[in-house]
Amino acid sequence: MDAMTDDSAITVRGLRKAYGGTAAVDGVDIEVRRGEVFALLGPNGAGKTTTVEILEGYRKRDDGAVRVLDKDPQHADADWRARIGIVLQNTGEFEELTVREVVSHFAHYYPAPDDPAKVVERVGLGEKRDAKAKTLSGGQQRRLDVALGIVGRPELLFLDEPTTGFDPQARREFWELVRDLAAAGTTILLTTHYLDEAEALANRVGVIARGRLLEVAPPSTLGGRNKAQATVHWMGADGPCEEPTDSPTEFVLALSRQYQGEIPELRISRPTLEDIYLKMIGEDVK
Amino acid sequence: MTAVTARFRPNPVRIGLLRGGLELRQFARGRESVIFSFMFPILLLVIFGAIFNFDIAPGVKFTQYFVTGMIAAAQLTNAFQTLAIQIPIERDRGVLKRLAGSPMPPSAYFIGKFIMVYVVGLISTALVLLIATLFFGLHLPTTGAKWLTLIWVTFLGVLACTLCGIAFSSIPREGKRAPAVVTPVALVLQFISGVFFVFTQLPKWMQQVAAIFPLKWMTQGMRSVFLPESFAQQEPAGSWELGKVALVLGAWVVIGLALCLLTFRWTARDDR
Repeated sequence: MDAMTDDSAITVRGLRKAYGGTAAVDGVDIEVRRGEVFALLGPNGAGKTTTVEILEGYRKRDDGAVRVLDKDPQHADADWRARIGIVLQNTGEFEELTVREVVSHFAHYYPAPDDPAKVVERVGLGEKRDAKAKTLSGGQQRRLDVALGIVGRPELLFLDEPTTGFDPQARREFWELVRDLAAAGTTILLTTHYLDEAEALANRVGVIARGRLLEVAPPSTLGGRNKAQATVHWMGADGPCEEPTDSPTEFVLALSRQYQGEIPELRISRPTLEDIYLKMIGEDVK
Repeated sequence: MTAVTARFRPNPVRIGLLRGGLELRQFARGRESVIFSFMFPILLLVIFGAIFNFDIAPGVKFTQYFVTGMIAAAQLTNAFQTLAIQIPIERDRGVLKRLAGSPMPPSAYFIGKFIMVYVVGLISTALVLLIATLFFGLHLPTTGAKWLTLIWVTFLGVLACTLCGIAFSSIPREGKRAPAVVTPVALVLQFISGVFFVFTQLPKWMQQVAAIFPLKWMTQGMRSVFLPESFAQQEPAGSWELGKVALVLGAWVVIGLALCLLTFRWTARDDR
């Protein structure tokens, strides 16, 4: 065991997995540090789910080295399972049982569970604790899934597209919950389709496409985003104008002199995470 | 200096009991399934009792024969058919995947299913017996030995059917196709195993096929409990063959368990 493992929750080296001759994951390296929120981004069929399910111990890999909490997930035991939490995409099985019954039941699976009532409160289902699961809305159902994922007080939490189908308000609330968990020291591996979600939550994002990891970086510097050309937008005499530039400050000062003060509808933008991401996976397709 | 923490080993029996409680609660709150499970055998009993009201042997009415078959058939339906349909649906929905991702011991899931099926089977049996003794001239066993037979035949039969149901659950490719795959199997077994017809009146080859499967032996065990001793001569071997009943049901327990261990899948087929 090298010194690195003490600090890392997940280590993946040269991970490969093929289905019927087609590579779904084709040489992926990932390092997730303890206490980090790591987001895995990628289009459908990019190898995201396969990668995560190998880390969760659901699938076997063809090649590569994988350590999750210092164990090979292929040899998962109850000890290891008790230290991770998994929030899956599929839901909707508890129907006739109440929120409290389900969470209390799952608490019995773990050696040192959290207080179920507290967990229900924490995911924002306090008022729904005696409601049957089938009466919950999609967002509330998702919160129940999260409650089951965290009731065992996991060191590492897997969140697979956790806010799909949420309204904007519910998403913001969910983000607060994730930040809250991260602040308490839980390592989180998140997959998502929403780039604003990755930007809001993740310390680092990894972009995966066609089974390969294209880049790993903090959201603010992914794809050289911080150094990318800025664009200055304003309202000229003949309509909206825009000017891409490497020195927006100088350009705006010059423009300001031209207008003798205030520039109409001035706005300076840099590529969004979405622009960068689309460019990255677009380039990969070529 | 390092504290050695004890390895975490959740107790399968304790968690299995908790799961059984959870499954029963879920079952009891699904009103339609409760009514169907308990009323269907009674409904059949009433219909058959009204239509076939003749003697099949001195002092034995067909209704009495049919009641014993109905009790065994209800156990088959409850255990085998329910599980072989319910588990593929749970697999499709990701219920099993969620459990497999938790530290729950796998055997706890099976123990929970057995408890659910067993309790529902006991209630169903009690209801059928109640109706049959009140209206169809069935007599409850009077000796301790017969009650003991009732208990062990029921236990072994339900256990064998539970394990076979769990094993069979790996066959349907999708949950929604499960009823189409499972129902005919259960229905055919009922026709050839001495439920709707007197077993010895069936063609010989049909009897031989039925003798491979548990239901024939469950009905025979039930008849030994509820029909007069004299009826034993009407059985294929001229006796109740209780030793063979135990042997065949026990063999199915072993076969079912082996199939479960070898073939059970926690995730849907495309999740490799």
